[in-house]
Amino acid sequence: MTSIFQVGAFWLISAAIIFTAILVVASKQLVHMVLWLAVCFISIASLYFLLDADYLALVQIMVYAGAVSIMVIFGVMLTQKPDIKECLLFNNQLKLATLVVIVLLALTGGMTYRADWFVSGGTVPADTIAYIGQLLLSKYVIPFEVAAVLLLVALIGAIVLAKEVKPGARSRD
Amino acid sequence: MPALAISPTNFVLLSAVLFFIGLFGALTRKNAIAVLMCIELMLNAVNINLIAFSRFVTPQLFTGQIFAIFVITVAAAEVGVGLAIIINIYRHRLSVNLDDFDWLKW
Amino acid sequence: MYHAWLIPLLPALAFACISLFTKQWKWLSATLSIGAMVSGFIIASFVVAGVLQHPELINHPLVYTIRWLSMPGFIVNVGIQLDPLSAMMLFMVTLIASLIQIYSLGYMRGEKGFSVFFAYMSLFGASMLLLVASANLLELFVAWEGVGVCSYLLIGFYNHKISARQAAKKAFITTRIGDTGLLLGLLALQLIFGTLSISSLSQQIPQYQNIPLLITVAVLFFLGPIGKSGQFPLHVWLPDAMEGPTPVSALIHAATMVIAGVYLVGRVLFMFHSVPPVMELVAWVGGFTAIFAATIAVTQREIKRILAYSTVSQIGYMMMALGVGSLTAGFFHLWTHAFFKALMFLGAGSVLTGLHHKADVWEMGGLIKKMPITAITFVIGGLAIAGIPPFAGFWSKGDILDATLASGHVALFVIGAFTAFLTALYIWRMIFLAFFGKENPENHPKESPAVMTIPLIILAVFATVGGLIGTPWGDLWGRYIHFGTYVAPVANWPLMIGDTLLGALGIFTAWVFYCKDEEKVKAKALAKQFNGLYTLLYNKYYIDEIYMWFNHTMVDGVGRLLYLFDIYVVDGIVNGFGAFTLAAGAGLRVFQTGRLQNYALVFFLGVLAVAVLLAFTGPQATLLLGGVR
Repeated sequence: MTSIFQVGAFWLISAAIIFTAILVVASKQLVHMVLWLAVCFISIASLYFLLDADYLALVQIMVYAGAVSIMVIFGVMLTQKPDIKECLLFNNQLKLATLVVIVLLALTGGMTYRADWFVSGGTVPADTIAYIGQLLLSKYVIPFEVAAVLLLVALIGAIVLAKEVKPGARSRD
Repeated sequence: MPALAISPTNFVLLSAVLFFIGLFGALTRKNAIAVLMCIELMLNAVNINLIAFSRFVTPQLFTGQIFAIFVITVAAAEVGVGLAIIINIYRHRLSVNLDDFDWLKW
Repeated sequence: MYHAWLIPLLPALAFACISLFTKQWKWLSATLSIGAMVSGFIIASFVVAGVLQHPELINHPLVYTIRWLSMPGFIVNVGIQLDPLSAMMLFMVTLIASLIQIYSLGYMRGEKGFSVFFAYMSLFGASMLLLVASANLLELFVAWEGVGVCSYLLIGFYNHKISARQAAKKAFITTRIGDTGLLLGLLALQLIFGTLSISSLSQQIPQYQNIPLLITVAVLFFLGPIGKSGQFPLHVWLPDAMEGPTPVSALIHAATMVIAGVYLVGRVLFMFHSVPPVMELVAWVGGFTAIFAATIAVTQREIKRILAYSTVSQIGYMMMALGVGSLTAGFFHLWTHAFFKALMFLGAGSVLTGLHHKADVWEMGGLIKKMPITAITFVIGGLAIAGIPPFAGFWSKGDILDATLASGHVALFVIGAFTAFLTALYIWRMIFLAFFGKENPENHPKESPAVMTIPLIILAVFATVGGLIGTPWGDLWGRYIHFGTYVAPVANWPLMIGDTLLGALGIFTAWVFYCKDEEKVKAKALAKQFNGLYTLLYNKYYIDEIYMWFNHTMVDGVGRLLYLFDIYVVDGIVNGFGAFTLAAGAGLRVFQTGRLQNYALVFFLGVLAVAVLLAFTGPQATLLLGGVR
């Protein structure tokens, strides 16, 4: 893709993603982190639009920016301490982690830059949602069903784990 | 030249940078919930990668997108369970500082 | 003559019987022991008679052996070797051992351990007889060690006395030092020649060309006789060995064991003869020891110690004779010395019994009045050792001095002559102080019983006539016992007269200082005048003190050093392993924090490592990194 709009859009969106991601990692307050995380998710969704994956962009917005962020806000709420401000943001392996991350990034980046990626040059079908639906229920039906079961299990598990234990409650048999 | 034409290289690079930012956060933040959020960043980076490859390598087959759907599913489930665990721990230990969770030692 | 193997066997059987069966019956034990030795003496007499009839045995000894050890490359045949030398030794050892054992019946009466004493005496007799008759050097070494053990057992016989125990240890350890050299020499001989049989070695060694090696072997070999025969510097054990009962001193430390060294040198004289420098060494060691011990003996006070130093000195004479090449003279002196020294020791034992073991000669006096037989026999012994004709010592000592002069060793001759003077001096000093002069009113001596005086008389007879078999006229001794070709001796009148004069001069000097002068004023004044010299001689040149100092600083010092090494280095290394493990554990424990993020970091460090590895060494590396390897 060489259209100037697409190129410009890509760079813009990339900048937004990176910027908000950094802000997520570097925020002092948890709630700020969540908010920046939400913005990041939305930026990623717009990137998906650029990549002709509209269904996935919508799913991204709905699930991530909608549900996951809210869940995390709830979690922040429920585990808040009166003095929420953290005195020290990072733990004691900051320097080593920085080093590792930068080296790995350099390595990966270098290899990526020099790699000769295969571009097939085909076009995306116009009706993506119908196509994805067809795929999900024919070719990928088993993972689909398993994912459903997984969600059920996760739901039950989360309920069980986070249940409030009343004092003097009988133990389960 | 990558600046004037978008090729998979750009997207993979972007994905890598995002992933390593998330990794950095996961390794160094003290709060458990912050770490969870950084893990989400990492998962999103992977998603970008998958969808970029789907667009450039197999645009007709949507393989990467289907994969990405399932990644999103699992990530959502994981956040739910993870938060439940953290809340549970918080109830008992009254702290969500990862430095205090050192019971793996014994 | 073919039953000579019985001679060592009978006392060995007596030892076995006494120690296993008859220990509680004292008289039975004693009878067994004496009976074995006397039977041995009878057989030995027949052996001597047989040897006298077969003069060809001088150069071709009769050897009969049985195979004892047989391994590839190492065959040991043990047995008996009969030639005039061994026959003479068998005769002398059995005779003196029998007489001394009879004497012990009286001396050891009432002592605790009476049977054990005779058991040890029998064992000693068996070992000594085996030593002198052995045909193989290994057999000789076994017997050598056997006599060493018996010496230890008998010196320490009064094991309630701490001085006796220490003396026994000292004897054993000092002779051990010599025995190490002997063993090394034996091993070298076995390695070089492949045999230890004396007759084979006597054929092979004179033809051996590698002289420096042979010198080393001979010097090592000679260390054994230095230790066992009490030559300088390993003489220190002999005077202390007087802690044992007097019959032991007479038998072992005068007549038989200490001359084992001399016998050994004589037996392998063919080896020493091939290396003239070692012969010089032997002669000088002997000569030096002779004068060294004689100077010490002049100042000693205990009666047995004087005789002990006299023994050291006389053995020095024998070594000197062997060193100058005269087997005849050396062994002749050995023969006569056995008689008069055993005689004097037994006489000293008689004196000690009479005076209840008071040993200082200055506290004795005028014993001739109450103990006539002892005194007269002692005087005969004194005349013999002083070299007065026709007593035995005159002929043997004369032979030695003659041989020394004839072989050109003038310095040794002078040393020998001076020592002869000193010998007469100290022996007669002792005799005058003990037997003549004023009686000490504290002593109540009485003559010893017959069982003790009869051996004295017999030995006195031998001391008188024993030398007559080796006179320059009709030399029976020299014809049978010689090394190399026989040279008929010529009567050297100036030497003989000079000898006699020296002896007489020594006796006269002793008489002047110790007999004529009733209060011995002159002697004491002389001692005070040369106080430094007197103290040096009285304290035996401080040799014992030097050895003890050496032992304490060097041996104990090295021991302490090694102890410290063990404690710090060896233990340190071992403890270090443990400490290292602990430290490593403590170090590695740092990584086990229990924290997830630390573990995750380690994960990614691993990923980094693998990535680096693959990036720079994997198969796609050149592609991916643009040719960077």
